[in-house]
Amino acid sequence: MIELTVNGTKHQVDVVPEMPLLWVLRDELGITSPKYGCGVAQCGACTVRINGKAVRSCQAYIGDVAGQSVVTIEGLDNRDQHPVLQAWIEHQVPQCGYCQTGQIMQAISLLEQISRPTDEQINQVMSGNLCRCGTYPRIRAAIHAAAAKKMAEK
Amino acid sequence: MGDLQRISRRAFVFGSAAIAGGIAFGSYSNAEPAATTAANGNPLAAGLGPNSVSFNPWVEISPEKITLIAQHADIGQGVGSVQPIMIAEEMDLDPGQFEIRFAGPSPAYFNTGFADELAPFLAADQSHAAEEARAAALENLRKSGLQMTGGSSTIPDTYEKLRMAGAVARETLKAAAAKRSGVAVADIRTRSGQVILPDGTKIPYVELAAEAAKIPPVLDAKPRDPSKWRMLGKPMTRLDIRSKVMGELKFGIDLKMDGMLFASVKLNPNKGQPLKSYDASKAQSMPGVKKILEIKNGVAVVATNSWYAMRAVEAIDCKWAPSTYPAEQADHWKILEASFKPKFLGKEWRKIGNVDAGLKGGTQLKAEYRAPYVAHQPLEPLNGIAIVSDKGMEIWVGHQSPQAVQYVAATAIGLKPGQVTFHNQWTGGSFGHRLEFENVRVLAEIANQMKGTPIKLVFSREEDFLQDIPRQISVARYKGSVKNGKIVAADLQLAATAPLKGLLERMGAPSKDPDAQLAAGLWNVYYDIPNFRATSYEAQGLSPSTTWRSVGASTAGFFTESFIDELIHAAGLDPMKGRIEMCTVPHYRKVLETVAEMSDWKGPLGKGKGRGVAFVESFGTPTAEVVEVTMTDRGIRIDKVWVAVDVGKVVDPINFQNQVQGGVVWGLGHAINCELTYAKGAVQQTNYHHHEAMRLYQCPEIEVRGLENDPKVRGVGEPPVPPAAPALANAIFAATGRRIREMPFNKFIDFV
Repeated sequence: MIELTVNGTKHQVDVVPEMPLLWVLRDELGITSPKYGCGVAQCGACTVRINGKAVRSCQAYIGDVAGQSVVTIEGLDNRDQHPVLQAWIEHQVPQCGYCQTGQIMQAISLLEQISRPTDEQINQVMSGNLCRCGTYPRIRAAIHAAAAKKMAEK
Repeated sequence: MGDLQRISRRAFVFGSAAIAGGIAFGSYSNAEPAATTAANGNPLAAGLGPNSVSFNPWVEISPEKITLIAQHADIGQGVGSVQPIMIAEEMDLDPGQFEIRFAGPSPAYFNTGFADELAPFLAADQSHAAEEARAAALENLRKSGLQMTGGSSTIPDTYEKLRMAGAVARETLKAAAAKRSGVAVADIRTRSGQVILPDGTKIPYVELAAEAAKIPPVLDAKPRDPSKWRMLGKPMTRLDIRSKVMGELKFGIDLKMDGMLFASVKLNPNKGQPLKSYDASKAQSMPGVKKILEIKNGVAVVATNSWYAMRAVEAIDCKWAPSTYPAEQADHWKILEASFKPKFLGKEWRKIGNVDAGLKGGTQLKAEYRAPYVAHQPLEPLNGIAIVSDKGMEIWVGHQSPQAVQYVAATAIGLKPGQVTFHNQWTGGSFGHRLEFENVRVLAEIANQMKGTPIKLVFSREEDFLQDIPRQISVARYKGSVKNGKIVAADLQLAATAPLKGLLERMGAPSKDPDAQLAAGLWNVYYDIPNFRATSYEAQGLSPSTTWRSVGASTAGFFTESFIDELIHAAGLDPMKGRIEMCTVPHYRKVLETVAEMSDWKGPLGKGKGRGVAFVESFGTPTAEVVEVTMTDRGIRIDKVWVAVDVGKVVDPINFQNQVQGGVVWGLGHAINCELTYAKGAVQQTNYHHHEAMRLYQCPEIEVRGLENDPKVRGVGEPPVPPAAPALANAIFAATGRRIREMPFNKFIDFV
């Protein structure tokens, strides 16, 4: 049994330690916001937070995550009022939406590190997250808007 | 269930009701007409609970709730929002007052939007003969009952019928309220899901369901004039945005059933060929493995977790039957090059003047263009859940062809199509991928061997790439001539694999007619060129290919608008002014003029900068794009894109902009760096790092303007794609003097 905390709840899972966290979340725990897109850290759709850091859950072995705290979009504090999620809704970023939870988790991490990122900084941090529908112009706009909103709230 | 029983009584046969000169189009049902409004043709009728009513195949009201049917598949284009909202607009319903359900298979949902594409006339041709042919095509579609999402038809198919469906529902509810209250219908209003009587009494629609069921639907109801719209035509929030942002929306891959097991597959990468033998000794003892199954063209592992299944199936050693197409890519190109012969003629689609004389009469240009196989690869991999019992099969999968899912699944395991119950799902993109059936077919085979157990199949990304039936591969050989500052002749010939024919064949509806998609972007040239010919050749014996966002126009649009650019430069004309002056359709000229104005086009920019313009009409929608690039020391950087599109009516403005921007990103990204190449019969690109398309850092600002001059309401999912590649190539030429005639462009020039 491997123990981990997801969105504040403790879980025990009976899987091999080399199973990626992504598949523990999706198939063992039924938490489906982290998506399987590529399995090799090329798309970012599986991005979650482990101990506060954005991580590709397809590359994190569950054995290494044991005892740590994982947060998916379902577990964000004050999710309905979250400035990044709000910006994503206001800018109507999603088309198919499959990559968007990963995009959002990555954007949250970006804004924690850089409160008012430039376009170049957005490029650097967000280009690992693939969007096949091509919502990039809206992703960029939503990040700028969320940054402005966070600044205004401070 | 009622609709399934009814369909099962219909033969799943395909006639060959050819439209003169157009594509032969089969039938999913027998010749019984598919009713659109009458209750007896309504697939919702049989499933209604007590005291419930359905006026037509799109509206269902029970004492508890109102359900609106999204007729098409949602592949990210916004069907699950705009289609119900078109009904809700007329019914005076607000978002939140109704549930949405995807349509089940039924000829009542036949796609009227394909009529224009199937009639052998140019989209801009509004002549009587053209309209007659379109009416005949529509009748043929009605008889066929073909329910399919594609061809940018989300709005064109449903703009009239869904507003009509809502209007019928509204007027019938008013009639029911009139009967109950004794008040004249003319004095009754509706608002926010309620009927309002003159004295202010409000009756919720759900309370009128039982009474409305007892009166005939008011079929002569009229949809409102667009000037009265509350939601449509105005910025509105797509109904699926919030749940997608919150991570709450369940895609097909997110579904779960009690007792479900997880499956993954390894299939013969030589597409369509069987398994010869396999050794699963290693996989057998791997963790989580429940069962190893042999299927027609490969092996499957059933396990307690998708990852266990993927890992174990990877460990199975398979021997494959070889491909029927050439094992190596170079030989694919050789076959294409040898296909410009009468034996392989698809069709001479258009002929104006005397091309041979015209070519001799001026300065001649010749150019060869190429476009490779490309993958679809929506981010949600192919998947599905199915359970097979003694009675039949139930399948949950996101798919664009409900009836074909029934046909393919049933055929795979010896059932009748009517024994397959299909539940459509929200999908993480498609781009044409979910018109194909590999996941459906193998899921049926697996579930059939695991009777009684729900099986969830998920393709690994690598398997998805390997089985992706790609876009057509194509070579163009173009000739043209210029004289006295004018283009006097163009002889456009291309050879390609046939995408639509391939798809129809796999659906069980083979066609002998030339593939009309190979004419798209080739024959529909709206420039005044006195001597013009457009001819397609269909290469044989190559990889299967299928429809990829914008289909034929995605390759021929690149060839034609690049070559026109070459001729324009040879004639000494400005690429924008030349196009505007040559354009023969007034409202298409307006599209070009608009993009010129938006981009403030003033000719060459100099200093390593360049602009290119391209104009392509596809699926009836004229689209012009200007791309601006800079040659930097790290390669070409795309600075900005301007797009003007005429759709006749912009129904959902924000989503319209998002679709256009996404189409541009799709067109540019794949033109820059994507191709599938075969080696030893299998594609060599098996994940996104080999087939990347555009990432955020490369994405330019994209300015969009929608025009409403076209006499018809047009679609926008695909039309922004075809002009993107030629506009980029033309911009690179303007910036560097290099003419790139083959995709992907990064084989010839670096990009930032």
